[in-house]
Amino acid sequence: MSPYDEKIKAEEVKAEMLKAYPTKVARKRARQIILNEVQAGDVVPEIKANTRTIPGIITMRGCSYAGCKGVVLGPTRDIVHITHGPIGCSFYSWLTRRNQTRPEKATDANYMPYALSTDMQEEQIIFGGEKKLKQAIDEAVALFNPKAIGIYATCPVGLIGDDVHAVAREMEEKYPHINIFGFSCEGYKGVSQSAGHHIANNKVFTDVVGLTHNRKPGKFVVNLLGEYNIGGDAFEIDRIFEKCGITVQATFSGNSVYEEFISAHMADLNMVMCHRSINYMADMMEKKYGIPWFKVNFIGAESTAKSLRKLADYYGDKELTARIETVIAEEMPAVKIVQDEIKPRCEGKIAMMFVGGSRAHHYQDLFNEIGMKTVSAGYEFAHRDDYEGRKVLPSIEVDADTRNIEELTVQPDPQSYKARLDETRKTTLAAKGMALNDYEGMMAQMDNGSLVIDDLNHHEAEVLIEKYHPDIFCAGVKEKYVVQKYGIPMKQLHSYDYGGPYAGFKGAVNFYKEIDRMINTKIWGMIKAPWDIHPQVVAKYGWE
Amino acid sequence: MLLRHTPKEIVERSALTVNPAKTCQPIGAMYAALGIHKCLPHSHGSQGCCAYHRSALTRHYKEPVMAGTSSFTEGASVFGGQANLLEAIQNIFTIYQPDVIAVHTTCLSETIGDDISQITGKAQEEGKIPAGKYVIRASTPSYVGSHVTGFANMVKGMVEVFSGASDEKEDQINVIPGFVEPSDMAEVKRITREMGIQAVAFPDTSEVLNTPQTGRYEMYPKGGTTIPELKSTGRSRHTLALGQLASGPAAKLLDAKCKVPCTLLNLPIGLRNTDIFIETLRQVTGASVPEALRLERGQLLDVITDMHQYFYGKKVALAGDPDHLVALTQFLKDLDMDVRHVLTGTPGKKFVNRIAEITGPNVNAYEAKDMLYFHQLIKNEPVDLILGNTYAKYIARDEDIPLVRTGFPIYDRIGHQYFPLFGYQGGLRFLERILNALMDRQDRDAPEETFELVM
Ligand code: SF4
Ligand code: SF4
Repeated sequence: MSPYDEKIKAEEVKAEMLKAYPTKVARKRARQIILNEVQAGDVVPEIKANTRTIPGIITMRGCSYAGCKGVVLGPTRDIVHITHGPIGCSFYSWLTRRNQTRPEKATDANYMPYALSTDMQEEQIIFGGEKKLKQAIDEAVALFNPKAIGIYATCPVGLIGDDVHAVAREMEEKYPHINIFGFSCEGYKGVSQSAGHHIANNKVFTDVVGLTHNRKPGKFVVNLLGEYNIGGDAFEIDRIFEKCGITVQATFSGNSVYEEFISAHMADLNMVMCHRSINYMADMMEKKYGIPWFKVNFIGAESTAKSLRKLADYYGDKELTARIETVIAEEMPAVKIVQDEIKPRCEGKIAMMFVGGSRAHHYQDLFNEIGMKTVSAGYEFAHRDDYEGRKVLPSIEVDADTRNIEELTVQPDPQSYKARLDETRKTTLAAKGMALNDYEGMMAQMDNGSLVIDDLNHHEAEVLIEKYHPDIFCAGVKEKYVVQKYGIPMKQLHSYDYGGPYAGFKGAVNFYKEIDRMINTKIWGMIKAPWDIHPQVVAKYGWE
Repeated sequence: MLLRHTPKEIVERSALTVNPAKTCQPIGAMYAALGIHKCLPHSHGSQGCCAYHRSALTRHYKEPVMAGTSSFTEGASVFGGQANLLEAIQNIFTIYQPDVIAVHTTCLSETIGDDISQITGKAQEEGKIPAGKYVIRASTPSYVGSHVTGFANMVKGMVEVFSGASDEKEDQINVIPGFVEPSDMAEVKRITREMGIQAVAFPDTSEVLNTPQTGRYEMYPKGGTTIPELKSTGRSRHTLALGQLASGPAAKLLDAKCKVPCTLLNLPIGLRNTDIFIETLRQVTGASVPEALRLERGQLLDVITDMHQYFYGKKVALAGDPDHLVALTQFLKDLDMDVRHVLTGTPGKKFVNRIAEITGPNVNAYEAKDMLYFHQLIKNEPVDLILGNTYAKYIARDEDIPLVRTGFPIYDRIGHQYFPLFGYQGGLRFLERILNALMDRQDRDAPEETFELVM
C-alpha cells in the first residue's frame, strides 16, 4: 500500500471503530485513536492518554496494586511482600508475571514463590484491619526474618481507614533490623497500573535507595532501570554487560535484591528500559544524587548495539569503546545468520502491538529486523510522553486522578549529590546527539498513516483484526485467545508465552525464530476441513 | 529448593496467610455467569479485579474470557459507583450487545455499600436495559467465603431473576453441576441424555470455555444455558444440586421460590458418587439405566480390580475446594488408598466433619488453611501422591512427590477443559492419570533387579 492509501485505510478503520459507540464514548475515544503523522522536529499529533477507562468497556488495563506490587516491587526476591486486603489480589499476583530470579546460593533468601496476605475478613472491614496486619507482620518475621518488608494496600484498605504507613513505622520500631514500608496502592488510585508504578517509585526512593554507600567494584558502574527480567531478559543483558566490562550496581527490579537497591545511588548512570514504569525513579535520582539517565532499548540486536554504543559515548573511554565494539562484532554474526534465514519468510508481513508502557515501542525494532512492519500500536497505560516524547511534559494537563498520586519534591542531597558530568562534557555529548534525561516517545519512530491507539479495548481490537488481517498481533493473556480464534497468531509481550529471553543478541535470535514459527506454521492453513473446502459430494452412499 | 523457607515445624498463624488455598468470590461469579448463553459478566469495582479474574480464567482455560468492569476511580470510591454502573450498562448493551449482563460486586463496591438492585432498578427506569434483555446480580464480597461462595451466589442470582414459580410443571429436571469444568458440565448432559431424561443444566460453560478453532471469533459462543431454559427451571419437577457449597444455595432457593424439590448430592466423581448420581436420576425420573452407562461402569470397576495393588495403601495429600475434596476423598478411599491430608482454604467447619465421616478420624483435615500449612503437613508426614492445583507443583518438586493436577486453577496443563472428571468415564481417566503418576515413579525409582516389564 502507498502511504496515501494507508492513511485512507487508517481513517476508515478509525471511523469503523467509533461507529459502534454511544456519542460520549465516541468523542473520548476519537482523541485516543490517532493517525500518526511525524513532522519536522519530530512533532507528532497529540494523543489523549492516561485518562479514565470508560465504565463497561472491556479494557486491557489493570490496577494500581498490580503496577506497584506486581510490576515494580514483585521481582525483588528478598523483600517479603505482604498484601493487606482480602485474599484475591494476593492470589492473582502470585508468580504470574514470570520475573525470573536466580539466588546465588541455595541458602540465599528467595521469597518469590510465596504469596503473603492478611486475608481480610468481614470483621476487619467493619472494625479495621491494622491489628491483623501487625499480627501478620509478626508472623512473617517469625517465619522469614527478612531484611525488608513491603506492605501493599488493596481496594478496601484506604476506605476503612487503615494506615499502612503508621503500621509500618510502628513495626519497624519493634523490629529495628528490618526495613518496613507501606504502599498506598489501592486499586482505585489513578486510572491504571501506572499510578502504582509511581507510588512504588516514590516509596522505594524515599525509604530504600541511599541507605548504604557500597559501590560495586568496577570502572563503569551503572543501574538498569525498568527491566523486570521477564523470561530471563535481564540475564542476557547482564551477560552482555559482563563481556563489555560494565558492572550493574542495581537492576530495578529484575533478578534484584534489597542490598542493591539501598546502594543504587552509587552508580555513574541510570539506563532506562521501561520509561513508563520507572522514569520517576530516574528523575528523582538525577535531582537528588546527580545521576544522569538515558533511554536504552535492549530489544532487538541493532537496538542493543545502539544502546551499548550510547553507553560507550557516555563514558567516552577509549578502552570501553573498543571493548564494546569487539563484543558487538562478536555477537552480530550469529544474529545475522538467523536473521538472513528468517527474513525472507517474514518480509513484508504486518504486526500490531498493544502492551504496557514501553514494549509496544521496543518490539517494533525487533520486527523491523526481520522485515516486518508495525501498522498499529499503542500502550495500555502509558502517558502522552511515552507517545509524543518528553518534550510534551510541560503541556500535559494534570487531572484529578493524577493529582491524587503524590509528586515528591526532591532536593539535591547535601552529602551524596555529585554531578556526574560537567558542563563541557554535557555539551560534547549533546553535540554527539545524546539526549540525556530524555525520551523521544513511540510516535516519532512510527510511519505516517499508522494507527496509534491508547488503551485499546476489545471492540477496537476486533475491528483492527477484521480490517487489517495482521500477520501477528501482540498483547497480553486476556487478548491472546481472542486473536488466535481468528486464525491469527498472537504473541504475548507481557509473559512472552512462557518463552524468552528476547532481549540482547541471544534474545533477538530467540525472537526471530519464535515469530517465524508462529507465522509460518502449517497449522493456520488447516483450519478448514476438507468437506468445508469442497462441500459437494457425488456418491450417495459411503461405500459406493 | 523453591520453597526453601518453609519450615517443617508447624507454628499456628492467626493473621498471615501464606500461599492461599482459595481465592476471592468474584472469579467464581464471573465463571458462573459465563455459563449463561450470550451473557457478559460485569465486575462492579475497580478494573484491576476484573483484569485479574479474566487473566486467571484465561490461563486456566486457554480461551477468551470476556467481562466488563465499572472501572472505579478514587471519585467513585468516595461517592459510590452508581454513575459508573449506569454508564457501564448502557455502554455494554450498545457496544457488546449481550442478552444478559451478570453484575457481581467486589471488595470495593461492597465496602462502599453500593446497592446493586437499586442501581439496576434505576437503569431499568431510565430505559438503559433494552426490552428482552436482563441484568442479573450477585453480591460477592471477597472478605467472606471464597471463589466457591461467589460461584454459588451468582447461580443463586440466576434463580432469583429467571426462575418463575408455576403450577404447571414440565417433564424435566434441573441439574446444577457445581463449580466444575466445562467437560464435567457436558458429561452431566450426556449422562441425562443417555438416560433419556429432559434436563436443564445451569450454569453450563461447555462450548463456552472449550470452543473449537474455526478461524472465526465468536464473542458469544454456542454454549451456555439459554434464557428460556433458565426461565423453565421453575417449572421443573426436581433439582439435583451437585456439590453442597457451590450448588446448594440455588437449589434451595428454587425450592423456596418455585416449589421445585431438590436433592443435594456430592459431585459425581468416582464410582460411588456416580452411582448415587445415576441412581438418584433414576429414582426422581423413573428412567432406566441404559446399556451404555452400564458398560462404562463395568469398565471403571474392571480397572479398579485389575490395578488395585497399585492403589492399595498409597498415601495421598489433597488440597482444593470442599465439594471436590469430599468426592475425591470418597473415591480414593474406595480404591483403598490412604488419605493423609485434606486441606481447603475455603472456610466452613462442616468440611472437616464430612471428610472424617469418609476417612475415619485418622486424617489431617483442615478448612481455612493455606498451602504453606499443606506443605508442612506433608513435610511432617510424607505421602506418595499429591492432588492439587498448579501451585501444588512447587511442593511436589521440592518434596519429589508425584502430582496429579485437580481443581482450580490449572495454569500449566491442558485436559480439564475437554476430559471430565465426572461420571464413570471421568473416573476412568482419573485412574489412568493416578496410575501413570504412581507407576512412572515406581519405574524411575525401582532398583534394576525389580524394574518390571509387565505391570
Ligand atoms: S479487591 Fe477484592 S475482589 Fe478485587 S481481586 Fe482483590 S480480593 Fe478480589
Ligand atoms: S514493559 Fe510494559 S509490562 Fe513491563 S513494566 Fe513496562 S509497562 Fe509494564
